[in-house]
Amino acid sequence: MAIPTEIPTTFLLGRLDWNAVPQDPIVWAAGVVVAIGGAAVLWMLHKHRLWGWLWREWFTSVDHKKIGIMYIVLALVMFVRGFADALMMRLQQVLAFNGSEGYLNAHHYDQVFTAHGVIMIFFVAMPFVTGLMNYLVPLQIGARDVSFPFLNNLSFWMTVGGAALTMMSLFVGEFAQTGWLAFPPLSGIGYSPYVGVDYYIWGLQIAGVGTTLSGINLLVTIVKMRAPGMTMMRMPIFTWTALCTNVLIVATFPVLTATLVLLTLDRYVGTNFFTNDLGGNAMMYVNLIWIWGHPEVYILILPLFGVYSEVVATFTGKRLFGYASMVYATVCITILSYLVWLHHFFTMGSGASVNSFFGITTMIISVPTGAKIFNWLFTMYRSRIRFELPMMWTIAFMLTFVIGGMTGVLLAVPPADFVLHNSLFLVAHFHNVIIGGVLFGLFAAINYWWPKAFGFRLDVFWGKVSFWFWVVGFWTAFAPLYILGLMGVTRRMRVFDDPGLQIWFGIAAFGAVLIAIGIGAMFVQFGVSIRRRDRLRDETGDPWDGRTLEWATSSPPPDYNFAFTPVSHGLDTWWDMKRHGQTRPKAPYRPIHMPRNTGSGVVIAGLATVCGFALVWYIWWLAVLSFAGLVIGAVLHTFDYARDYHIPAEDIRATEAVRDRQLAAHPLARGA
Amino acid sequence: MTSIEAQGDKHRAERRAEAHADRHDDGHDHGSFKSCMTGFVLSVILTAIPFAVVMGGGFESRLLTVAVVVGLGIVQIVVHMIFFLHMNTRSDEGWTMMALIFTVVVVIIMLAGSLWVMFHLNTNMMPQMNHEALGLDS
Repeated sequence: MAIPTEIPTTFLLGRLDWNAVPQDPIVWAAGVVVAIGGAAVLWMLHKHRLWGWLWREWFTSVDHKKIGIMYIVLALVMFVRGFADALMMRLQQVLAFNGSEGYLNAHHYDQVFTAHGVIMIFFVAMPFVTGLMNYLVPLQIGARDVSFPFLNNLSFWMTVGGAALTMMSLFVGEFAQTGWLAFPPLSGIGYSPYVGVDYYIWGLQIAGVGTTLSGINLLVTIVKMRAPGMTMMRMPIFTWTALCTNVLIVATFPVLTATLVLLTLDRYVGTNFFTNDLGGNAMMYVNLIWIWGHPEVYILILPLFGVYSEVVATFTGKRLFGYASMVYATVCITILSYLVWLHHFFTMGSGASVNSFFGITTMIISVPTGAKIFNWLFTMYRSRIRFELPMMWTIAFMLTFVIGGMTGVLLAVPPADFVLHNSLFLVAHFHNVIIGGVLFGLFAAINYWWPKAFGFRLDVFWGKVSFWFWVVGFWTAFAPLYILGLMGVTRRMRVFDDPGLQIWFGIAAFGAVLIAIGIGAMFVQFGVSIRRRDRLRDETGDPWDGRTLEWATSSPPPDYNFAFTPVSHGLDTWWDMKRHGQTRPKAPYRPIHMPRNTGSGVVIAGLATVCGFALVWYIWWLAVLSFAGLVIGAVLHTFDYARDYHIPAEDIRATEAVRDRQLAAHPLARGA
Repeated sequence: MTSIEAQGDKHRAERRAEAHADRHDDGHDHGSFKSCMTGFVLSVILTAIPFAVVMGGGFESRLLTVAVVVGLGIVQIVVHMIFFLHMNTRSDEGWTMMALIFTVVVVIIMLAGSLWVMFHLNTNMMPQMNHEALGLDS
């Protein structure tokens, strides 16, 4: 299909001109809010002279702990944006009845639901999970950092670049109006002639490089850098799930990249891979993108299964029931997740034999998942459960996720799927498993590992407020969608004819407000805890009586994580050490070899983002220049030989002496 | 390279005695002149045969020609992996082999699955297109 030429293009600015600024008061209002908020943040940074600190200690850091925290900060910021989109949709759908058009026009509404999906998956769930793995995996396996510390920093900044490009589309141009997977022919140049889909493509491609690199990095870390004695079957279950997740990332993200490259060629140079004419086949895009898309949902959920396992074992004070079966279940899910992708398009017409095969594989995948649920239940059975916040989230997960799983099995039956495909039932199902599984797990993880990362616990009162508003809010918001879906209401609708449906959308909107309060309470929880940090302080490094190695070191851990590399003698290494009364190894301390911070990651990712922007707007000279710049930057970085340093033994002695004094004040605590 | 490698090898180095720290033995097979030459000669032969077949006009059956070319291509991949990438069942405690098996399984699932699915989709949903492709139109 030919590329339309109606949009004026200049050499200097490509397609960019004043028309790119959206003519929409809602966007202007959002712009004003962002500008004021951004200015306030910049002013605070300037006033407290934090620029240098931020650059030296954080932006250029290659420390896996700091990069992990930055990933989670990115995820939280983008979560606010993605949730704002969700509230806008709920408001639109509750208003657009009885002849009312609501307050969003079709062009805007379509961007909102696309942006919501893209942001929540790629820039909230993914960075959250990656951040968690980054922070925890090296600590759990007793390593000092990941295998490739610079690559880790670059991966993070590439993800930020993709997120920045996506955010930019709100104020310059438009975002895709295609739904979160941008199916052609709608996403082709003929039906989406302006820059929305281009923002989508380049945002995902740039972030995708980061995701793939960080997948390789963590995979190598887990395979190569485990502490002595830590065989595969002695790895903490979270590390196991992280391993499987990164295997999935490395094996599937290239499929997404290749698929988007083909779509890019269709849009930019007029090829016909997915067009309607000249032998193109749009169904191939749907097939390819779901080959990535289904493993992707397991990339998101598997690490959280690991989190729940750690939380259950810790707060019951028992060894996890069926560790080996948990590992095998995780590996089974990893393999099976490649065999189910067609259940996303049963209705596209592949016929009974193909549909039956993929329906059955989909049902089979619920078996290892069910085994996990039983393992957690059997761990909890007849134990003294401590109902701290992480445990509360875990139980909320088990109750919520099981329902979501069952509606999933229901959708796996092809005839049922023909009725429910593309309906709000489906929307309710995947929110049920992603919120109830991924998000609840992330909140459990935040409450569980916050003391490790910052040295003080989170406030329990506000945590409980957040918990109850979230859980009740979730069910209030999504139970009506199940009902509406069963009544046949399709997803992505902007206006409704049947006034009888309005009450359900009203209830769903009310649920969204409850969730908003839950999110607000979570931020209040962070604020209150930071202010009261001296009262919430944990000096032992092991506030929950943990079982895995991250609890062996101080909170927050020193740059080098462990002064002496720990040795594992069995599963639950740290629990083992505590039971056998192992004493903390002392001097002689030796200098520790560490990677040095570098700004190269920020520069390279920055140039990649500029290149993405130039490609979106057809500013070819800038695209060529910035691409050349990033290649040269990457090459120059390889000539930087001053990349490592040694922490002197003196510094280690001083740091460890502080820890000794802290532990002496808590006679029951030990440390490694 | 130095720092990255240092990071990756840190634990390995710590596990070993200091005396061995300078030895670069990380379980990889770095190959020999003989194995490289063997690989080279095999590759040339495996390239020459399909080239000759196609240049000579191919076999009677077009399907057989395609099968021979593709089959020798697959053998070529294996030769490269063994002689140039030095892959064997022992390197890196078997991880290389495991990764290879996993990759092969996933690639087969993706290719075979896509072919199967797309064949059915095309047959069911785009009958007129198949006619065009097969020259049965008009």
